[in-house]
Amino acid sequence: MAEQQPYDDIPGTQVFDAHRSREGYWLNMFCMSLMKDENRKAFKADEAKYLDQFPMSAVQRDAVLKRQWNRMLELGGNIYYTSKLGATDGLSFQNLAALMTGSTQEQYAAMMLAGGRSPQGNRSKSEWKDRG
Amino acid sequence: MAKLIAGVTTSHVPAIGAALDNGKSGEPYWQRVFGGYDFSKKWLAETKPDVVFLVYNDHASAFSLEIIPTFALGCAESFPIADEGWGPRPVPVVKGHPDLAWHIAQSTILDEFDMTIVNKMEVDHGLTVPLSLMVGQPKEWPFKVIPLCVNVIQYPPPTGHRCYMLGKAIRKAIDSFPQDLRVVIFGTGGMSHQLQGPRAGFINSVFDNSFLDRFVTDPQSLVKIQHLEYIREAGSEGIELVMWLIARGALDDEVRQVHRFYTVPASNTAVGHLILENTR
Repeated sequence: MAEQQPYDDIPGTQVFDAHRSREGYWLNMFCMSLMKDENRKAFKADEAKYLDQFPMSAVQRDAVLKRQWNRMLELGGNIYYTSKLGATDGLSFQNLAALMTGSTQEQYAAMMLAGGRSPQGNRSKSEWKDRG
Repeated sequence: MAKLIAGVTTSHVPAIGAALDNGKSGEPYWQRVFGGYDFSKKWLAETKPDVVFLVYNDHASAFSLEIIPTFALGCAESFPIADEGWGPRPVPVVKGHPDLAWHIAQSTILDEFDMTIVNKMEVDHGLTVPLSLMVGQPKEWPFKVIPLCVNVIQYPPPTGHRCYMLGKAIRKAIDSFPQDLRVVIFGTGGMSHQLQGPRAGFINSVFDNSFLDRFVTDPQSLVKIQHLEYIREAGSEGIELVMWLIARGALDDEVRQVHRFYTVPASNTAVGHLILENTR
């Protein structure tokens, strides 16, 4: 179990520290492999078989197959790596952000155009209690 | 002798590169961003640097989790453009300046900064988007580039104080290089943004504008900002702002601000940009 850190209080945020980096090593290195076009094709052709090359945990593997973007981050994924899986699916950073925040693309783009997510109410987990 | 003329800071949002490469820069959404750099392009063309020392971060392109250097200095003759999953950006190959780069490596290491020397490195949007913003779409980049790649992905990145002090060591190295060269330093990344998780889209324009103010007149106060405050107040990816402090450390204590620009958003990110000239 990882030691409690001061940044754990920041809501909706997984800081990619030593603990998460170690847990997510193979999940992230799988994503890194998708930098090559031939690997993207092999993955798309048979996702489960392709994932066999990477000794990640069963829950990590399940999160990848189900494209659970927030779950991947909770399991040690890093956004700069998981975004490569997103790119393989044809998703941009903004597309992924909409999915991770539970918004439609239109809602998310409109929020950004209106100045983005405010710091007010988004600094501490104590402010997110109502969100469950 | 080599001379550091000025510093440029700017965000390096990948969508800016994509908009330019796909011919969308004239659309109103993107014109609002690119318009902030019209003056900058003219300024850089008139300033005519021989070398740009470019501080940026790699986004799991050249480096993966296999090797994570804190400060990686590009000493190669040239740096190819990385394929970030969509094919390499259609921009010229980046030419290095190995003589000055090696001189800076030696000087800063003897000044007790443990630099990683890199002779083979692809460069991604973190480096090429600032070049595109400041130059446009040339056939060749009009200057040599020395990339300094800083880890800001694996926590913890170097502290703001360490970055600022490294900037001072880089300046000392530039000042002691015997060849007459005009050098401009770029600090890139930021401003407030968060790309990950349920808090994605986080923007703090109050923090950003205070950072821009103090960056010019009171950088000492920025050097004290801790990682926790960056993540809380500027978003998990806003911590990239420590890279700006390398550029600020290299500049004179007193600088002349010749340009300032801020807009929200470019995709998920607040865009901030400064041009500061040394006065001595």
